Amino acid sequence: MEKQEREVLYWLVSSLFLGAVSIRRLGAYFGSYTPLLNIEETELRAAGILTEGQIQKLMAWQSQFPACRKNLESLEMGEDPAVFVTAYDDVYPERLREIYDYPMGLFVKGRLPEADRPAVAIVGARGCSFYGEQIAEEFARVLAAEGVQIFSGLAAGIDGAAHKGALKAGRPTFGVLGCGINICYPAANFKLYQQMKQTGGIISEFPPGTKPKAQNFPMRNRIISGLADAVLVVEAREKSGSLITAELALEQGREVFAVPGRITDHLSEGCNWLIQQGAHVAVSPGDILEYLGVKCQKQLILCGKNVNTLAKKEKMVYSCLDFKPKHIDQILEESGLPLSETLGILLELELGGYAFRAGNHYYGKKI
Amino acid sequence: MEGYLVEVEADVSNGLPGFHMVGCLASEVKEAEERVRTAIRNSGFQLPSRKVTINLSPANVRKDGTGWDLAVAVAVLAAYGIVNPLILKDTAFLGELGLDGRIKPVRGVLSLMMVLGKAGIRRCFLAEENGKEGLAARTVEIVKIRDLKELAVLLNAPEQIQKEIFLEDSDVKISYSVDFSEVHGQKLLRRATEVAVAGRHNILYIGPPGSGKSMMARRIPTIMPELSRKEQLEVSQVYSICGLLPNGGELMKIRPFRSPHHTISPQALTGGGKRPRPGEISLASRGVLFLDELPEFQKKTLEILRQPMEDRKITISRVYGACEFPAHFMLAAAMNPCPCGYFPDKNRCSCTEHQVRQYLRKISRPLLDRIDICVEAAAVSYQDIRSGAAGESSEDIRQRVEEARSIQALRFSGTGILFNSEMGEGEIRRYCRLQPKDDAFLQQVFGRMGLSARGCHKILRVARTIADLEGATTIGRNHLIEAVGYRELEEQYWGKEGR
Repeated sequence: MEKQEREVLYWLVSSLFLGAVSIRRLGAYFGSYTPLLNIEETELRAAGILTEGQIQKLMAWQSQFPACRKNLESLEMGEDPAVFVTAYDDVYPERLREIYDYPMGLFVKGRLPEADRPAVAIVGARGCSFYGEQIAEEFARVLAAEGVQIFSGLAAGIDGAAHKGALKAGRPTFGVLGCGINICYPAANFKLYQQMKQTGGIISEFPPGTKPKAQNFPMRNRIISGLADAVLVVEAREKSGSLITAELALEQGREVFAVPGRITDHLSEGCNWLIQQGAHVAVSPGDILEYLGVKCQKQLILCGKNVNTLAKKEKMVYSCLDFKPKHIDQILEESGLPLSETLGILLELELGGYAFRAGNHYYGKKI
Repeated sequence: MEGYLVEVEADVSNGLPGFHMVGCLASEVKEAEERVRTAIRNSGFQLPSRKVTINLSPANVRKDGTGWDLAVAVAVLAAYGIVNPLILKDTAFLGELGLDGRIKPVRGVLSLMMVLGKAGIRRCFLAEENGKEGLAARTVEIVKIRDLKELAVLLNAPEQIQKEIFLEDSDVKISYSVDFSEVHGQKLLRRATEVAVAGRHNILYIGPPGSGKSMMARRIPTIMPELSRKEQLEVSQVYSICGLLPNGGELMKIRPFRSPHHTISPQALTGGGKRPRPGEISLASRGVLFLDELPEFQKKTLEILRQPMEDRKITISRVYGACEFPAHFMLAAAMNPCPCGYFPDKNRCSCTEHQVRQYLRKISRPLLDRIDICVEAAAVSYQDIRSGAAGESSEDIRQRVEEARSIQALRFSGTGILFNSEMGEGEIRRYCRLQPKDDAFLQQVFGRMGLSARGCHKILRVARTIADLEGATTIGRNHLIEAVGYRELEEQYWGKEGR
């Protein structure tokens, strides 16, 4: 794609009032994007692609082209550079081009996913439980270790845990943002953001500097599912963003997996509903690998740690633990051991990686 | 909190009739003129029109309050020759006058009696209502009087003066209205509270609404050792200044428990005003200052606590002078783990991670540094409420606390500190020696849990107290482990990054 054409496309993508499909149709109608720079209102109207409001805005936007050109230059040349990849480039992800409203341009930091490796998106609630966080991390770790590329939205909760899991396996993972590529939202994930820039990729269709507005996120979700072969929902409440992603995935012909949960848990309502609607049940990472056709030697079933090395009392306290953190009073009640001894055993378990502390005196089992 | 002695002089001379009061007086003291003249007249004494001058010396100290009326009236009566001036030697008068000559009570009598005792005053006349309080100090002879007329008669016939006799209160068992036996379950909270009191460590309770945080805090005074006579006087002086002594002027026998609302202003907490008055931290001295809903307090208010917690006293300087009040309190604080209160139960908690962090961040690091013990309360189950098994009583716990405290008193005698919680770095190095294997263990914890040096000191201080409770001379592994359990999860609750 020639330089001018690319700059014009950047200018159109930056406008924010034109959708991906509108831009694509304009390009097809006029043969290229360059004529749009000094097009007349009447011609646009005759094309019948844009609404009257969009036409007016585009006429006003024409004067912004020089500024946009400069922005693109500084984006690609400045410090901490990002790449603007158009849908006409060869490196543009093949999977994404399959969907109806694929974005015409992507901003990328780090690298782009490889087309010949399987890809799975892991999504879920931001305010997830400790259990959900662990599950997401473990699924991501195992899948990534088997060579699967992990996609998610770099949000708090499940998303972050999935990225962490993939990084633990030492494999690249990709985050799709609902804001400009230079903004880390939420800020708490900054360390993750930095790591992923190094080893994986950060992707966004929004021009740099775009604020994380609520309406951006459903649009971002279509890219997450579009980039993947399958979508795994770990924990989702009823009517949550994760279910939107699942729905989009189905529209795009992606397979949806859901981790089943207890029917009383609000955080599992979404997943259980998906299963009711016919989604695959993901009980272990193996279920997804099987679908992807990835062969693996080990049987991948999550059922806690090997406790044979633990001492008798440690085993007993460990058996009192659950994935949902329990208060120490309850553990005392169940184990019947005195306080200081129980605290000691829990500390050993914590140091040994068998248990984790949530809050100050709540203990949970580690996968 | 110290008072000072003021001499009231009166002079009656020829000249333009008038009534002049001098000696750096506040407006309410100047008003005494009207009260005194009217009260003397209404008590049946005729004062011929002469020039009357009253001087309150030392004249360079500002005088305020209404307690001077009686002394001024007596000085005037003596100057006119109505009462015998000789009897006034080494005698103090304290009280406000009504227009009918009645004598009304004033505040802060206890502190004043202490000063009188030190100054070598023999006898003090005061209002009936102040009698009990005056006696409690056991420093000077107390004479209760109802009105000015009665006083004049007594002064002219000293043999009729009947001094009040201090009735030694039979050692009535000091009782609190609450007791630890009323707390069911909550093993962790009970134990942590006991450790906290034993070493006078400040404690923070975290837990969902209704998990018994306030209930626990309210019972802390019941397991503290009884107040000594010296402490009783110290506490009572503060209460006397604020007019809060129980039963019309008895000494404070029970440990104070103060629980100010979170809307409290910084001045109300520390004390203040034009004439400095003690605030909640001084009222809680030798007892417990309980701050419920800690994050709801104004940041400014909480920051102010830091200095008195170090110095164990607070100095308030205002235009009319500086006052020093005690602040020997133990801090107990309670808070919810997140704005909705149910974290870490993510099914019930609706807060985002960001909200939780914002909420916790309202408490400043320096304040947290001064809280050694941090425990989380579990939501109380129905079984806990209904189960008949009563917990251990306050009495039993108090005995253990007293033993642990006497060990500390012995250890720190002559060092200027009293409790394990006050140990600085040097003392920790001296008194908290560890076995090599335990040292290695602590090092492991240090590394694995991302502890800071400060966190490490907290653990050692608390471990020392736990060992003292057991009567152990050296800190063992089990003491360390328990202390590690009481540390606050810095990185999880107050850290920058999530898990």
